[in-house]
Amino acid sequence: MIKEAAIRKPLILGHKTYHDITNDVVGPIEGKAPRQWKIAISIAAVIALYGIGSIMYLVGTGIGAWGLNKTVGWSWDITNFVWWVGIGHAGTLISAVLLLFRQRWRMAINRSAEAMTIFAVIMAALFPVFHMGRVWQAYWTLPLPNQFGSLWPNFNSALMWDVFAISTYFSVSLVFWYIGLIPDFATIRDRMVKPRAKKIYGILAFGWSGRAKHWNRFEEVSLVLAGIATPLVFSVHSIVSMDFATSIIPGWHATIFPPYFVSGAVFSGFAMVLTLLLIMRKTMRLEAYINMAHIEYMNIVIIVTGSIVGVAYLTELFISWYSGVEYESYAFINRFSGPYSWAYWMMMTCNVISPQLFWFKKIRTSLTATFLLSIVVNIGMWFERFVIIVTSIHRDYTPGAWGEFHPSVTDIGMFVGTIGIFFTLFLLFARYFPVLALNELKTILKVSGESYKNSDKH
Amino acid sequence: MANKVFHVMYDDDQKLLDAATALVKQGIQVKDVFSPFPVHGLDPIIGVKRTRLAITSFMYATTGTLLAILGTWYFMIHDWPMNIGGKPNFTWIENAPAFVPVIFEFSVFCGAHGMAITYLLRNGTLPGMPASNPDPRTTDDKFVMEIVTEDNHAFSVSDLEEKIRATEVFELSIKDC
Repeated sequence: MIKEAAIRKPLILGHKTYHDITNDVVGPIEGKAPRQWKIAISIAAVIALYGIGSIMYLVGTGIGAWGLNKTVGWSWDITNFVWWVGIGHAGTLISAVLLLFRQRWRMAINRSAEAMTIFAVIMAALFPVFHMGRVWQAYWTLPLPNQFGSLWPNFNSALMWDVFAISTYFSVSLVFWYIGLIPDFATIRDRMVKPRAKKIYGILAFGWSGRAKHWNRFEEVSLVLAGIATPLVFSVHSIVSMDFATSIIPGWHATIFPPYFVSGAVFSGFAMVLTLLLIMRKTMRLEAYINMAHIEYMNIVIIVTGSIVGVAYLTELFISWYSGVEYESYAFINRFSGPYSWAYWMMMTCNVISPQLFWFKKIRTSLTATFLLSIVVNIGMWFERFVIIVTSIHRDYTPGAWGEFHPSVTDIGMFVGTIGIFFTLFLLFARYFPVLALNELKTILKVSGESYKNSDKH
Repeated sequence: MANKVFHVMYDDDQKLLDAATALVKQGIQVKDVFSPFPVHGLDPIIGVKRTRLAITSFMYATTGTLLAILGTWYFMIHDWPMNIGGKPNFTWIENAPAFVPVIFEFSVFCGAHGMAITYLLRNGTLPGMPASNPDPRTTDDKFVMEIVTEDNHAFSVSDLEEKIRATEVFELSIKDC
């Protein structure tokens, strides 16, 4: 048996057995839905319905229902898209990159982070799809033979790269998540007493039996998927940043964009994981599995990525001046002192200054502070995208065309609505799915479990 | 003599490993093991070879790369070349840098999905398939070793049972198969 260094913090607290892990994760699924869950999902569903209503109104009216105008042709829609895609980066980063680095703490958080990723990417995809206006022709983005000649999509375009990047990322994340879920569904299937639930989980478990050869393949598939999902994580947000960087708009046309966007994505993704997990561990009593060690590690990731983002902001600012290009420098002077300077300073405070508080161990290991700062980071990252998109285009080369953006009710409805849909999906996941990778956790119990680490017997 | 199948249950992965090592040393062949999680170090003892799924993934990914190269050449260069923003469109190689993202994504797409589908098919784990673990506890905290007399002609049933009972067995069931 491999012994872990004593200096490492235990990842599973208390005196747990294999059976306890099963009980702690599957127990909440077997029991009746708690009152808080019913209240939470009702609120989320109402907001989701409002969002769906806004989307229906948008499709019926046309995207003129958004507050876009001739000058500001991209605003909340693309801001929300990039924000959600960014949030969707933590899941695969946790499950793939941390798997390659053999970080055992990922096992307690990867399942819910991946679920969050999948739901966030669905929310993200809604925006460009509805931005097309004629949403029923969304399939035109695929290279399908057609009656026009055939006329093909333009593979030179960053928007086309995005279609491939997002759809690959979504489908690969989904498969990665589901392959990990199969053995856990089998555990639920074998415990369920009610025939209907047993049948449903039986179908979801794909007949998994836990044979030695199957586990052998399972581990290999997880490792290889992690290996190919890792460059995928980095490529997706790089390509999202190229939607901007390959244009020639001052403020967008920057080579720093891909790494800057990727670290921003990881930053916001971890913040969202923390927001969700801090609530989940409390309400589902998972404190033994998602403990202070996990929260501290995630906060450290937030400091690192937050600092990279901060350096990127300052580099951008410096280069705009150092380039000597008048338009480039104006774009940035306008950012921090123009009509949208409030958004710029909001972004600076939330993303650069506030995460630095995590250098203090007391703040890093405080649940309340972590929860509040995670929300601050989410707000800050939304503003980052808003600043990049709107401030770069609202004052273009012709001062006569300068304008500002004012969100319409539909803009707000669709944004708030996606938060509602996201939480509805996440709450359904938390209720019916194994929220921890329970069978993977069993493999680290003897290595990183508190009771095993502290006894010499094993 | 009817063939018999032994389902030997252990309540700990270390006990399972010790028992497997001991039995295999005596020349007994273990047919399969059912466990709630991957027991590391078990595969070489019971003779499970490393899977070749990683190689299939490489093959699927290479196919994806080639298809994407062929596709971008056909769509953008051969079938309907268009001058978009003055970007070169005469030969594939001149235009290739712009195709790198799509070629990469499509390779990953094919590599990941091809391997995942192969994995599910090889395991026989597909929607609606029946479970074949001998005891529902093997997906919770118990470990079951399956030994069949068919693989172990050198031993009589009672001999096998005696040797198995010598390990730290939690439960033993013997059935005709």
